[in-house]
Amino acid sequence: MATKSGQERSRKRSDSSDPEAAKTSAPKRASSKQSKSSTRSKSPTARQGDLAKGVDKELLLKLYEEMLLIRRFEEKAGQMYGMGLIGGFCHLYIGQEAVVVGLQSCITDDDAVVTSYRDHGHMLATGMEANGVMAELTGRKGGYSKGKGGSMHMFSRKRKFFGGHGIVGAQVPIGTGIAFAMKYNEEPGICLTYLGDGAVNQGQVYESFNMASLWKLPVVYVIENNKYGMGTSIERSAAHSTELYNRGQAYGIPGVQVDGMDVLAVREAGLEAVDYVKGGKGPYIMEMLTYRYRGHSMSDPAKYRTREEVQKMRTEHDPIDRLRETLLEQKRAKEEELKEIDRRVKEIVGDAAEFAQNSPEPDPSELYTDVYVEAQAAE
Amino acid sequence: MPIEVLMPALSPTMTEGKLAKWVKQEGDQVSAGDVLAEIETDKATMEVEAVDEGVLGKILVAEGTEGVPVNDVIALLLEEGEEASSLEGADERQAASVEGETEAAEDEGSSQKAEQARSTLAAPEGPKEAIPEPEPEWDGPTKKQTVREALRDAMAEELRRDERVFVMGEEVAEYEGAYKVTQGLLKEFGPKRIIDTPITEHGFTGLAAGASMYGLRPIVEFMTFNFSMQAMDQIINSSAKTLYMSGGQIENPIVFRGPNGAAARVAAQHSQCFASWFAHIPGLKVVSPWSAADAKGLLKSAIRDPNPVIFLENEILYGQSFEVPDTEDWLVPIGKAKVVRPGSDVTIVAFSIMVGKALEAAEKLAEEGIDAEVIDLRSLRPLDTATIVESVKKTNRVVSAEEGWSVAGIGSEIAAIMMEQAFDWLDAPVRRVTGADVPLPYAANLEKLALPQPDDIVEAARDVCYR
Repeated sequence: MATKSGQERSRKRSDSSDPEAAKTSAPKRASSKQSKSSTRSKSPTARQGDLAKGVDKELLLKLYEEMLLIRRFEEKAGQMYGMGLIGGFCHLYIGQEAVVVGLQSCITDDDAVVTSYRDHGHMLATGMEANGVMAELTGRKGGYSKGKGGSMHMFSRKRKFFGGHGIVGAQVPIGTGIAFAMKYNEEPGICLTYLGDGAVNQGQVYESFNMASLWKLPVVYVIENNKYGMGTSIERSAAHSTELYNRGQAYGIPGVQVDGMDVLAVREAGLEAVDYVKGGKGPYIMEMLTYRYRGHSMSDPAKYRTREEVQKMRTEHDPIDRLRETLLEQKRAKEEELKEIDRRVKEIVGDAAEFAQNSPEPDPSELYTDVYVEAQAAE
Repeated sequence: MPIEVLMPALSPTMTEGKLAKWVKQEGDQVSAGDVLAEIETDKATMEVEAVDEGVLGKILVAEGTEGVPVNDVIALLLEEGEEASSLEGADERQAASVEGETEAAEDEGSSQKAEQARSTLAAPEGPKEAIPEPEPEWDGPTKKQTVREALRDAMAEELRRDERVFVMGEEVAEYEGAYKVTQGLLKEFGPKRIIDTPITEHGFTGLAAGASMYGLRPIVEFMTFNFSMQAMDQIINSSAKTLYMSGGQIENPIVFRGPNGAAARVAAQHSQCFASWFAHIPGLKVVSPWSAADAKGLLKSAIRDPNPVIFLENEILYGQSFEVPDTEDWLVPIGKAKVVRPGSDVTIVAFSIMVGKALEAAEKLAEEGIDAEVIDLRSLRPLDTATIVESVKKTNRVVSAEEGWSVAGIGSEIAAIMMEQAFDWLDAPVRRVTGADVPLPYAANLEKLALPQPDDIVEAARDVCYR
């Protein structure tokens, strides 16, 4: 048993074969072993409690508020979809909030983010305004893409959010290219490139891993493993092992597996990853074990998993409830403070819903704009 | 006022469904995210989640009710501190609200329809293609260059001019290009800007698209355009569509270049012409020059263009020599065709290697007393239809010549445009000269039969002249 858990521990982290990287990450690996073994006996909430002690109150409350904003925003989007105000595809992020919120807290304005189509949470986390995101969902002029992109296609140059891509896996070379451009420009930034457990079987993901490692590009690949690629479970899609953090092993890319339902665990691991990549050592892979409570899209009958499975995750692992408990247990926040946050978030989301319904549809003349950039304007 | 819980839709096409089960009961405390009820359609079951916090005050639609219209009020939620008395008269209100709702819905429906009708009527016309001014006549010194050298010079000049420009592809740096088009670039610009990639078209095309979104100006070389099929998703879905999908925020200045079409005896997988594939896509510009001067001027324009440009070269043309203006400022505008041989009896429209074959055909036709005008399209998107129409007003006859297949080809597009814009001037049906509708064979004799030759153009020209 001891041997098995020892093996398991070492398996949870796949290190770069680069001798220099191995040297520098050696103590971290050890400390991670420590933290893993020390947490083995503790409940997830207790582990978060330990981590929370090292984080100041303002940040804890900020993380709580950002996660709650995504949760409430997505619930509202789901409701508005039900009312026919949002059309087409709408992939909700409910359940996975800790991943983007935790990681966003590790990066700066220098850094870029790119993801695929379950993207509302990423946008809000980068600081994009709820109004603009919701108005894009309703296909209105006030949306981030003037209503021309929809749920899956929003961007913000100001927030360095580069989409919003609808083809599974296609955002991975793009994120790698953004990292390439940052290195080419000798900028300090890195690119967080998100992908799901469904995308990890696309060939272009490995083409990207290869180039990123070959050219030491500043990119963190964040695999959000929510266990299902649409309706196909990871067990039915991944050969040999359902663990994904080691998918970069052949390219010498270190990887780590993280409890993606714990925003503080995400942050802790994220800081380490960002530090590694900003140190010029090349790419890094993070596998976030997470879970989406809702269907793949709105019309998903969810016959591929049991209600009990979903319920268990919601009651035992909810990232927002967990942080709330930690905050109250450690007396870092009063009930009243959290209520105030609830009220604030509710107001933002309510305003966004109103804005999204009142913003006019794009002018018909927009049909033919933005197909090409006028050459003269750019010269 | 209690909060109304509405019957949700699973999809935009759903109009009604069954309220299968109430998970919460009257009097239950409800938090946002709690499942209130389950609804069913023939396709799926869905949970109705609470968006607000409160107490489930009143259930208005009993479980098991079928055919509940979307957006009907199915329950009322009491907010914190709200008295149950505020529910009084809820039934009547619900009845009224449902009725009102329906009316409103009808109103909305009809007004939406009217709106749609209006917007159909008011649908804007497509933008008038702004036809660029042609490049000025060059009366300065010229030098004799191969197409290969002209392309190399174009890249070198633009690399010198703009730090954001870089070249990436297979064998472009140390090997100096599989067809030696990038000869000397590594030596001058170094490995940061002239980048050998692994054999990974899908990956490096997507990487270049990302770099371009971030502000760089990649020149991506495909060893041949046949390999671009591996990368088609990134070219179309990422490069061509992102500007539009982002409401104009994210530009994609990028050039995809390399040899296109048949070379010599390389069989079906290395010989395809992709002109019509790419020309089909809004968001892309597509260029396919013939002469070295156009190759240089158009490639420089493509590199400076803020949009994705597909630059289709031709392996056989690489070694052919032309006079090229001896200057670093030689630009040829994208979207402007060129009359390379004026004539009065028939218009032959061609691009890339077929321009040379069309000129050969024109010489033969001249011997027969047929004076052919040859137009080099140079750009396929935007297509300079005005130049073709002007020519047809004079000749009243059109033959299009391309190496690619006939079905949905560039010639089909030319024929359609002639129908729409020059019908009254046509004295004969448009004729298409194209590659045979087969994968390109290897055998020398079959290959020759499959590719359009000058004699095929001569024959088509005679046909439309009724000679």
